[in-house]
Amino acid sequence: MAHETVAEEMSTERDVLFSAKGLEVAFPDMAAKPVFGRAPMVRILNGIDLEITRGSVLGIVGGSGSGKSTLGRALLRLVEPTAGTILFDGQDITHLNEDALRPIRRQMQMIFQDPMSSLNPRRRVGAIIADPMQMHGFDSISMRVDEALDHVGLPRSFRSRYPHELSGGQRQRVGIARAIALKPEFILADEIVSGLDVSSQAQVLNVLANLVKDLGLTLAFISHDLSVIRRLCDRVMVLQRGDIVEYGEANAVFAAPQAAYTRELLDAIPLPDPQQAGW
Amino acid sequence: MSAFLTVHNLSAVLHGFDQRVLRSVSFSIDTGEVLGLVGESGAGKSMIGKAILGILPSAISIIEGEILLDGQDLQKMKPADRRRLIGATAALIPQDPLTALNPSRRIEPQITNRLVDILGWIKSDARVRAMELLNEVHIDNPERVMASYPHELSGGMRQRVLIASAFAANPKLVIADEPTTALDVTVQKQILRLIRELQARHSTAMVFVTHDLGVVSKVCQRLSVLYGGKIIENSSVPDFFQGPKHAYSRALLAATPKYTDPDASLLPVDEAVIEAVAAEVLAADKEWRHGA
Ligand SMILES: Nc1ncnc2c1ncn2[C@@H]1O[C@H](COP(=O)(O)OP(=O)(O)OP(=O)(O)O)[C@@H](O)[C@H]1O
Ligand SMILES: Nc1ncnc2c1ncn2[C@@H]1O[C@H](COP(=O)(O)OP(=O)(O)OP(=O)(O)O)[C@@H](O)[C@H]1O
Ligand SMILES: [Mg+2]
Ligand SMILES: [Mg+2]
Repeated sequence: MAHETVAEEMSTERDVLFSAKGLEVAFPDMAAKPVFGRAPMVRILNGIDLEITRGSVLGIVGGSGSGKSTLGRALLRLVEPTAGTILFDGQDITHLNEDALRPIRRQMQMIFQDPMSSLNPRRRVGAIIADPMQMHGFDSISMRVDEALDHVGLPRSFRSRYPHELSGGQRQRVGIARAIALKPEFILADEIVSGLDVSSQAQVLNVLANLVKDLGLTLAFISHDLSVIRRLCDRVMVLQRGDIVEYGEANAVFAAPQAAYTRELLDAIPLPDPQQAGW
Repeated sequence: MSAFLTVHNLSAVLHGFDQRVLRSVSFSIDTGEVLGLVGESGAGKSMIGKAILGILPSAISIIEGEILLDGQDLQKMKPADRRRLIGATAALIPQDPLTALNPSRRIEPQITNRLVDILGWIKSDARVRAMELLNEVHIDNPERVMASYPHELSGGMRQRVLIASAFAANPKLVIADEPTTALDVTVQKQILRLIRELQARHSTAMVFVTHDLGVVSKVCQRLSVLYGGKIIENSSVPDFFQGPKHAYSRALLAATPKYTDPDASLLPVDEAVIEAVAAEVLAADKEWRHGA
């Protein structure tokens, strides 16, 4: 009996994969920099608290420049927070240096908003997907590359192409293939389907949904597309100028948005109808 | 009304392959008109824009057809004259904002250079104009943005910088390649209104590449649906949203996500419909080879 309770407690504790408390990020404001001395800092995130349960999907929405990508980069420690703490799988990673981060880097992957900038222009698609697997000591890499290409709906012959020989949506899918091939615990997907047509969107989202369901992947999903968020996410967070203005179960938020800003977002969605009111 | 841009029977091939990437593409756009270009990833939307602007990748060449810009046949012009005409009349809002911006230069010269180099403005005027434009695209702090490097801006801010610089010199033709994909819906709405307004004020002709039929219904008067580099339907916007003619277009419209109905969202386009349209494209290829 007692044994069970302990196990249960441990499992609820283990349930949280990512958590952040009072997370702040600031950057120097170069426009306001005096000729001598340091630039003043502008704060981008104003103390974010969040918890992401293992195997769940968190949607992050908010205005352009509200801090979504910065939040993602801070969680994955691609930037160092100026205040607060981040726990990944129970470990405090807030100020770990790159050496200490290396072993957990594979477990947390980010798929970036601008696909071209994250793909090495001098490497072919096959190598772009294989390189990180090589670095992390995977076996049967060639087979895994094919599998990853299949998953995102790209022909295997694309292995020999360079990034500049692809369309925008095809590049985006290479970035997705590279991340999922590593079978990470956690993926942060930054605006990865906004440039894709509906068929490719459906395909990529189904792949991600299946990884969540079958492999227990945990996903944070930044998107402007509220239909996508509603379809895919368990919980949703709405950011406005570096603050959380709404955070809750996705269904509840969509059914009855509490924040005025969330309602504004829902009202601004363009429906495929030339007569839509308000335009 | 006379067409400002006419693309007639345009075909392009990738070197070393005999398959065409653009297949006898024809459409025209009047001054002041916005044409939507829709179709799945890899259909050739960006390629059409690049062909018009004369910036196709070196591995791809035009094998037939004409592009008439303001009455001039681009293929027949000397390259230098063509570049000058395109530089003075047309502007591109590129699909990938980060690569379109020079990473090691601040934003200010990247907007003002066009005005200074092509239109001969003096620097201080160009700076004022750039600030105005950044204001118009709802950038809160234009001073800071002008002094920033591209990586210091958010995705949506970079995209708006490129929209601003495309309209800076009052172009007569704008090719907008997925210009609002990085914008949240509220900013998108403001920007779409602004584009409509700028475009109406200056009678700009526009090619608007997007996969979002909701966006098409707001800014375009006509649209072309592309599959495998071939236009399979040309339609006016009101007609299209009443009911598209082609089965593939109908399937695309049906697959458009609706946040009000999450279960009906993000279903892939019906396989059978895709097979049918692919077969149609191949059949047209056979006929084309015969004709040639
Ligand atoms: N390296 C940096 N240096 C200075 N400022 C930065 C840096 N990175 C981001 N910022 C600023 O932080 C703010 C938030 O940017 P972020 O990229 O997080 O926004 P976002 O919510 O992802 O927006 P979008 O939807 O447009 O991509 C912006 O004002 C941006 O200019
Ligand atoms: N330099 C190149 N060499 C070979 N093939 C290329 C090259 N550039 C593009 N392609 C191919 O040409 C086709 C059309 O590309 P294009 O960029 O026009 O697509 P698109 O319709 O804009 O798609 P997306 O919506 O994904 O941007 C694609 O299949 C692409 O892989
Ligand atoms: Mg962003
Ligand atoms: Mg494209």
